[in-house]
Amino acid sequence: MGSKRPDRRGFIKSGAALAGGLTFGAAAPAIGQDQEHHGPSMIKEGKDQIAYGDRSKHVTSVRIAHGGRPSPDNWGLTFHIAAPLQDSVGVITPSSLHYIGTTRGSFLPDIDPKEHRLMIHGLVDRPLTFTMDDLKRFPSVTRLHFIECAGNRSSRRAKNVQETHGMTSCAEWTGVLLSTLLKECGLKGSATWFVAEGSEEVKGASSMPIAKAMEDCLIAYGMNGEAVRPQQGFPLRLMVPGFEGIFHTKWLRRIKVVDRYYINYNDFGHLDQDAKVAALDYQIGPKSVITFPSAGQQLPGKGFYEISGLAWSGGGAIKLVEISTDGGKRWNKAEIKGTAQRMAHARFGLMWNWDGKETELLSRCTDEIGQIQPSREQIAKYWNKPYDQTFSVPGLDNSIQPWKIASDGSVTNGFA
Amino acid sequence: MASLRVLAVALLMGATALAQQATQLRADASSGQAYGVGRTPTAEEIKAWDISIGPTGEELPEGKGTVREGAQLYRSKGCAGCHGASAVDGKAPILKSKAPPNVDVWARGRILPLRAPHATTVWDYINRGMPLNREGTLTPDEVYSLTAYLLFINDVIKEDEVLDATTLPKVKMPIGTDYASLPDWKPKTPRLKGYLAEVAPKPKQQ
Repeated sequence: MGSKRPDRRGFIKSGAALAGGLTFGAAAPAIGQDQEHHGPSMIKEGKDQIAYGDRSKHVTSVRIAHGGRPSPDNWGLTFHIAAPLQDSVGVITPSSLHYIGTTRGSFLPDIDPKEHRLMIHGLVDRPLTFTMDDLKRFPSVTRLHFIECAGNRSSRRAKNVQETHGMTSCAEWTGVLLSTLLKECGLKGSATWFVAEGSEEVKGASSMPIAKAMEDCLIAYGMNGEAVRPQQGFPLRLMVPGFEGIFHTKWLRRIKVVDRYYINYNDFGHLDQDAKVAALDYQIGPKSVITFPSAGQQLPGKGFYEISGLAWSGGGAIKLVEISTDGGKRWNKAEIKGTAQRMAHARFGLMWNWDGKETELLSRCTDEIGQIQPSREQIAKYWNKPYDQTFSVPGLDNSIQPWKIASDGSVTNGFA
Repeated sequence: MASLRVLAVALLMGATALAQQATQLRADASSGQAYGVGRTPTAEEIKAWDISIGPTGEELPEGKGTVREGAQLYRSKGCAGCHGASAVDGKAPILKSKAPPNVDVWARGRILPLRAPHATTVWDYINRGMPLNREGTLTPDEVYSLTAYLLFINDVIKEDEVLDATTLPKVKMPIGTDYASLPDWKPKTPRLKGYLAEVAPKPKQQ
């Protein structure tokens, strides 16, 4: 697994072990050893691999069932599936590894794009239906955006970053701005909300403010350079950048413009008595996590490492990421790789010389509108609650994740 | 000079081309459309697709239903198979609170026919999503009856109430207006104003 970062010698050894029978009984080759050089064996490619390539068989990073609920279940329903962030590099989650969230389980609809239609109606001057070909005639945009499930919450039982943070992913989405289509239909003055509806069996629907539609909602037909995958809403998915995952309506078939909050089934579950909690369960806060080294991984020994991680916020682009390598006493500015995009994962790194002593690694981020990722202790203080094992973060949990490094190089969950 | 003249002509030509393009883009100016792509659905098509039932109930179809019919449909349509005969003993989400009515509604579980602020949401969801794999097969009368039954077993309505497009939106749900409204969303605003300002100081400029 890519979850370990062995040194070069260890890498060659583990490579040999993975190659199995090829080197069975023979000593693993080591650098500088004088022996006849053989190249690697060849991958036998079939027509399928020529048509659509596979990754190396030595790369085994996979998604897992979130919270232990298997998918598909006995009825064929898909539930929550977490992305392997511990193995991630860069900011794009491969489509095959993108996390999946469904509302109380869902069957994946098998939609023929030639038959698919999007209807926009309600408080508009001209209701319109669009074929997929129609939608591709409009001016397109391509943007990086993360999606995160409201249930992406670390717990002391979680054993690795896939379990603590794997219900978020980031992809490059291509499509038409919803505002382009709404202008084409002509919004009436009384339009204040809209309902987006999917084509799956329960026709999941969510209500969102028109202000969001006109700002940056995207009707995506493309994902990471190809068509949106069925698990992500083929052939159309509504992107609502920075809002909780459930709003990103998959298999989008209808948008109804309305004059009030419609409180659909998907919305009613988010109602709360406390206005503060309701607000914190809506737009995603600034959040970051160190993906290397993270729980379940192993440092082979003291010395230099690049600490690496991901940061994102529903409030905009990430402006600052800081890392503490001493349990929060001092914070060092991390390098943001490339240019941080709005409502997208940003990859950060920090060179670190580990002295081989026990310590704790933390990361925190600040977004472009000045929101700062808090610790759980700070959140408890805000709510005037004691900070102990029973404390649960109200709203979406964007708290700082601590990773403990033991003197033997093993990494564990700091909440455990 | 000559080159400047050429440049001016080129600019003019460019401007003309742009103007032509703009005119083309406004070809449907009379209709207000910028691109003229898409088809206008008929009123019947919209009606057939529009399954959203809002809080006012204005989209509700004609028809009516009773608790008694709903109880029968709950068994005959297979609801009991997934949600349990007593609505709390199936594999699918429970449809009745296990806590007694004297407990605060917020502490009685996230149960649609109990916690939804509008009975219309119950109607909407049964109609759009149930029964699983046979969604869309229930008649309006059947949806009214099932809604009535689920509201009755949660002590929301009385056994003899008849639900229709007029009475359903008027059903007083236990939650009433005791729920927070969402913040008025605007671009580039924090998710909650002043959140953590006191307890989480801003990082120092480095």
